Amino acid sequence: MLQIHNLSAAVADKPILNDLTLTINAGEIHAIMGPNGAGKSTLGYVLGGRPGYEVTGGSVAFNGQDLLALAPHERAAAGLFLGFQYPVEIPGVSFVQFLRESLNAQRRARGEEPLSGGAFLKLAREQAALLRLDMEMLKRPVNVGFSGGEKKRAEMVQMGILDPRLAILDETDSGLDIDALRICGEGINAIMRKPDKAVLLITHYQRLLDYVKPDFVHVLAGGKIIRSGGADLALELEEHGYEPAL
Amino acid sequence: MTLPLPTRKAEDWRYADLTATAKQWPLPAAERIAVPAGEAFTRNIIADGGITRLSVELAPDAKAAIHILSAGTAEYSRVELDVTLHASANFTLGGVQIGGDAQNREIVTRIHHEGTGAISRQTVRSVLAGHAIGSFLGQIAVARGANGTDAAQSVRAMLLSPTATANARPELEIFADDVKCAHGCAVGQLDAAALFYLQSRGLDPAAARRLMLQAFIAEAFAGADDQAHLMNLALAALERAA
Ligand SMILES: Nc1ncnc2c1ncn2[C@@H]1O[C@H](COP(=O)(O)OP(=O)(O)OP(=O)(O)O)[C@@H](O)[C@H]1O
Ligand SMILES: [Mg+2]
Repeated sequence: MLQIHNLSAAVADKPILNDLTLTINAGEIHAIMGPNGAGKSTLGYVLGGRPGYEVTGGSVAFNGQDLLALAPHERAAAGLFLGFQYPVEIPGVSFVQFLRESLNAQRRARGEEPLSGGAFLKLAREQAALLRLDMEMLKRPVNVGFSGGEKKRAEMVQMGILDPRLAILDETDSGLDIDALRICGEGINAIMRKPDKAVLLITHYQRLLDYVKPDFVHVLAGGKIIRSGGADLALELEEHGYEPAL
Repeated sequence: MTLPLPTRKAEDWRYADLTATAKQWPLPAAERIAVPAGEAFTRNIIADGGITRLSVELAPDAKAAIHILSAGTAEYSRVELDVTLHASANFTLGGVQIGGDAQNREIVTRIHHEGTGAISRQTVRSVLAGHAIGSFLGQIAVARGANGTDAAQSVRAMLLSPTATANARPELEIFADDVKCAHGCAVGQLDAAALFYLQSRGLDPAAARRLMLQAFIAEAFAGADDQAHLMNLALAALERAA
C-alpha cells in the first residue's frame, strides 16, 4: 500500500529525514517509536504534504501513485488520513460543516455521489457514538476549547467519518485518560483493522499497543529507521529505553 | 456655502480616494434617521461605489442595528455613520469590507454618547487582496455627564497579499465617569496551520480559504436581518477579490 524509499526531507533548510525506507502492506499495523525530535511528526507531515516540509530525495508510492506529486487534498481523496499530534483550533468553522464539505470533496474527487445532509449527520452520529464523543461537540468550532483528550477523540471521529485506507496517527494516545485510551484503541481497530486498510501509529508508549496490536514496530532515530521488529520490540524498548538501540 | 474639498490632512480623509471624492463633491447631505424612544431601527447597507452617509439619532431606550457590506467592482466606496445615543440607547454596527486589485474601501464612524448608560458595539472585518486598501476610522465621543457609557470596537483585517493595506484608527474623547471603552484591532493573514489541517481532510485550497474567510466575516454579520443573504453576497465578492 505504501512504499517509502530512501526518503529525505528538510524543514527550514535543516535536514530531518535521512534516507528513510519503510514498506506498509494492506492489512498491516505498524508502530513507529523513537526519541523526541527524531523526525516522527516530520514523517507524518511530509506524507500529508504540509507546506514547508521539503522533500530533498527519495520517493513514496501510495497504492501505485506517486504520493509526493499530489496536493494535500488529493492525498486525502486517495485515502490518506493524518491524525495530528497537535490538532489545530479553527474559530468559527464547525466540525459538522467542515467534515461534510471535506467528505463530499473527497467523494467528488473519486467520482462518487455526495452525501445528503441527513445521511452525513447519521454517519457523524454513528462515529461520534463509537468514540463516545458527544455529538453536540461536533457542532462547535473545530477543536476550539476542546481538552487535549477531546481533541484526540475528535481526530478519531474524523477518521471514522472519512474512512481512509491508510491512517498515520501521530501520538493519538498522548493526552488520553485510561478509559479514553481504551475507547480510542477499540475505535482504531473498528475503523481500520480491515484487510484492505493499514495504519502507521506513532507513539511513545506500549499502552496504546496493548489495544491496537502492531504487526511491526520500528525505531526512528536521526531521521531514519534504525531497527525493526515485531510487537515484542515495543516491550523491549519500554524496558530498556532507546539507548541500547542507538 | 460649499465646503472645500477635503485634503489628506483632514483626519477623516487621510486614507480616502480624493480623486473619486472630487467627482461627487459637494456631497449630498447625510440621510437623517431619528429613532423614537423605545423603538428599533435596522438597515443593511450594500455599498459598491460612492459615498454613503447616514446620521442616526437614538432617543432614550431606542435601538439601531446597521450592517454594511462594502464590496463589488467600484474602485472606491466610503460609508460614513454619525450616531448619537441618548440615555440607555443601543447601537450595533457590523461591517464587512472586501477589496482586491487597487480598490479602496472605508468605513468612518462618529459615535456620540450623549446620555447615560448607552451601549455601542462596532465590529468591522476587512478582507483585502491585491493592492487593496481597507480603512476603519472610528471616533467615539463620550459627552460630559454620559456616565456609565459602554462602547466597544472590534476591528480586524485579513490581508491575502503582502501588498494589501489595512488602516484602523480608533479615536476616543471621554469627558464622563465610569465609562467602558474597549477597542481592539488586529491585522493578520490566514493561519497556515489551519489551512493545512482543512486540506488534509480533503478540502482543496480554495475551499479551505473560503471556509476560513466565511468564519472571519461571520462575526460582523451576527444578528443582521437576512444574514444568509448578506453572507451569500459577501462570499460571491470574496470569490472575485481573493
Ligand atoms: N519549523 C521548524 N523549524 C526548524 N526545525 C524544526 C521545525 N519543525 C520541526 N523541526 C525540528 O525537526 C526535528 C524533528 O521534529 P519532529 O516534530 O518530527 O520530532 P518528533 O520525532 O515528532 O518528536 P516528538 O516525539 O517530540 O513529537 C526536531 O529537531 C525539530 O526541532
Ligand atoms: Mg512528534
